[in-house]
Amino acid sequence: MTTTDIESGTATPPLGEELLAVKGLKKHFPIRQGLLQRQTGAVQAVDGLDFTVTRGETLSLVGESGCGKTTTGRLLTRLLEPTDGTIVFEGRDISHLSDGRMRPLRKDVQMIFQDPYGSLNPRHTVGKIVGAPFKLQHVKTPNGTKKAVQELLELVGLSPEHYNRYPHEFSGGQRQRIGIARTLALRPKLIVADEPVSALDVSIQAQVVNLLEDLQDEFDLTYVMIAHDLSVVRHVSDRVAVMYLGKIVEIADRVSLYESPMHPYTLALLSAVPIPDTKGKGGRERIRLTGDVPSPINPPPACRFHTRCWKAQEICKTVEPPLLELAPGHQTACHFPENQPGGEAPRVGTARSVNTARPVEAPRTEARTDTARPVDTPPAE
Amino acid sequence: MTENNDAFLQVRDLRVHFPTDDGIVKSVDGLTFSLDRGKTLGIVGESGSGKSVTSLSIMGLHKAGTARISGEVLLDGQDLISSSREEVRLLRGKRMAMIFQDPLSAMHPYYTVGTQIIEAYRVHNKVTKAVARKHAIEMLDRVGIPQPDKRVDAYPHEFSGGMRQRAMIAMALSCDPDLLIADEPTTALDVTVQAQILDLIRDLQNEFNSAVIIITHDLGVVAELADDIQVMYAGRAIEYGSAEDIFDRPQHPYTWGLLGSMPRIDQERTERLMPIKGTPPSLINVPPGCAFHPRCNYARLNGGASETEVPQLLDIGDGHRVACHLSPEQRKHAWETDIKPKL
Repeated sequence: MTTTDIESGTATPPLGEELLAVKGLKKHFPIRQGLLQRQTGAVQAVDGLDFTVTRGETLSLVGESGCGKTTTGRLLTRLLEPTDGTIVFEGRDISHLSDGRMRPLRKDVQMIFQDPYGSLNPRHTVGKIVGAPFKLQHVKTPNGTKKAVQELLELVGLSPEHYNRYPHEFSGGQRQRIGIARTLALRPKLIVADEPVSALDVSIQAQVVNLLEDLQDEFDLTYVMIAHDLSVVRHVSDRVAVMYLGKIVEIADRVSLYESPMHPYTLALLSAVPIPDTKGKGGRERIRLTGDVPSPINPPPACRFHTRCWKAQEICKTVEPPLLELAPGHQTACHFPENQPGGEAPRVGTARSVNTARPVEAPRTEARTDTARPVDTPPAE
Repeated sequence: MTENNDAFLQVRDLRVHFPTDDGIVKSVDGLTFSLDRGKTLGIVGESGSGKSVTSLSIMGLHKAGTARISGEVLLDGQDLISSSREEVRLLRGKRMAMIFQDPLSAMHPYYTVGTQIIEAYRVHNKVTKAVARKHAIEMLDRVGIPQPDKRVDAYPHEFSGGMRQRAMIAMALSCDPDLLIADEPTTALDVTVQAQILDLIRDLQNEFNSAVIIITHDLGVVAELADDIQVMYAGRAIEYGSAEDIFDRPQHPYTWGLLGSMPRIDQERTERLMPIKGTPPSLINVPPGCAFHPRCNYARLNGGASETEVPQLLDIGDGHRVACHLSPEQRKHAWETDIKPKL
């Protein structure tokens, strides 16, 4: 086995270069039924994602439960094997690498888990937990593993004396720090953080968010952050991808996504977040979606959001909108995007697709449960 | 302290202590507040601040356990603490009802949603099953469940998270309670569904003119719903005021800490978050004096009073109350120079 000296570090390529490229990524979980366990369907958890992650940036994947963001994270770290599509990490296709071939790469791609209780072995000491990556990857550290672990503990704001303690002796926030120390042990290039702060109290959450930012500055880390809390995402991200039912509906840099969202779903998502002040009470313009996210086993055809979208037209039910760059660095998959640059009316069917349907008044025919309504109208009875 | 003696719900010096092998857990330690019909009180705090224990003891759900409860909880003049379990049981569901955080575990998986609503309704109303069923369907329709006449026969697992929460609200409201306690009603839900549920609670409150207590850790949710807000820390109220008091002129360093810890969705970030240092205390060993002093950046300013003396919740004008040893000038200075510009 080869051993590497982590302190010396290989020459890191400059920031801003593409670290990860994902093309057409799909993950379908088969549903098997009957005596012969024939496949009768599939949960289309992730259904065709394209995006890239540049070195040193934070890309956040946001969306509601069931949109496939966690599955995407697990695909990127290759805890799951994709059904289709490619994942290229540092120029190398890792989509279907075997466990054995993947193992050396685990040094470079690490994960922070959501649940600080479930992700630490209760029967191992903190020293053993944080030291495990060194052991598994046969990495020798200059002053021994114990010293390296203690340095890591200090780095994440714990005390070196915690080395011999067990996870149950720590609070949730401290446990999350232990998990982060383990993640950092081998100085990974890419960290996939799956809801790293959502299980924590507000005051502790802010501590961990700041810690993640400090560590990124110090070690030039690249984060793929998976989160549902749009306020936290605004605070930590450089770019944000909004997912709905296994697809990216919008991806843009933070500022343009939050200031001028184009996809109706993004708009609805942003306006649904309650704001902690008294100014907006009742006065803010809100879009209320009705109904729930449809099942990923049988997602709606074409644009998957059309069942809940207030702008939906015939074309949305028949032609899937491609993810197009409508403003620099701002991609949206919608036939009738909002906030178009130049403020012009939605250009239907020009560059995009076949059916040239004029955007007339939204048909009120199915104003039952599955169309959105503005906030101040009474619920559809 | 201004006391509202006619208020619909009055809580006076409520204490809930749990004896354990390691010592007494003082979950709630001297809580006083009141609430009128048609008003919403938001109780905010982190885990272990005593907010859920408060609501459970108002509902009389701690009576059967080991909890030692003292103080007074007056619901329309009747003291619930000194009432028997049977007396409280008759009120529960009828005059006060509760919505829980996790609707899946709050509902019985073995019975249909309709059966559970019908049961709750028939306990308090002498009606036939058919009438109660009709009422259940009406309630499901009222909370926005599509096809209520079919859904009434569905089991909880057949509902999505948002629909289950709606069904639980329907159950809680089936007897027109005067007091509704919602304990983290939207924490388990996605934002778009959360928005629907918050709208629903607001609409139903307007319709029934009930008093609502909403318990949450999310300052956004209380900003949306609450008229008054009580901030709790380690079993005590440390600040109480109108929503404007708490968000526009907060007085307690812990409230500042909560506001400084929250990233904002409506503002581009300029400053780092300002977390509160340390972790919340154990309720067995609550720090002496002001329980917040080990985490407070301003505790030094006070010549040691924070370490020794428990600050009283005092009115500083217009019902805005704060429990802090800092002088009004010190608080004003700290808020305006250290905190407000960085939010």
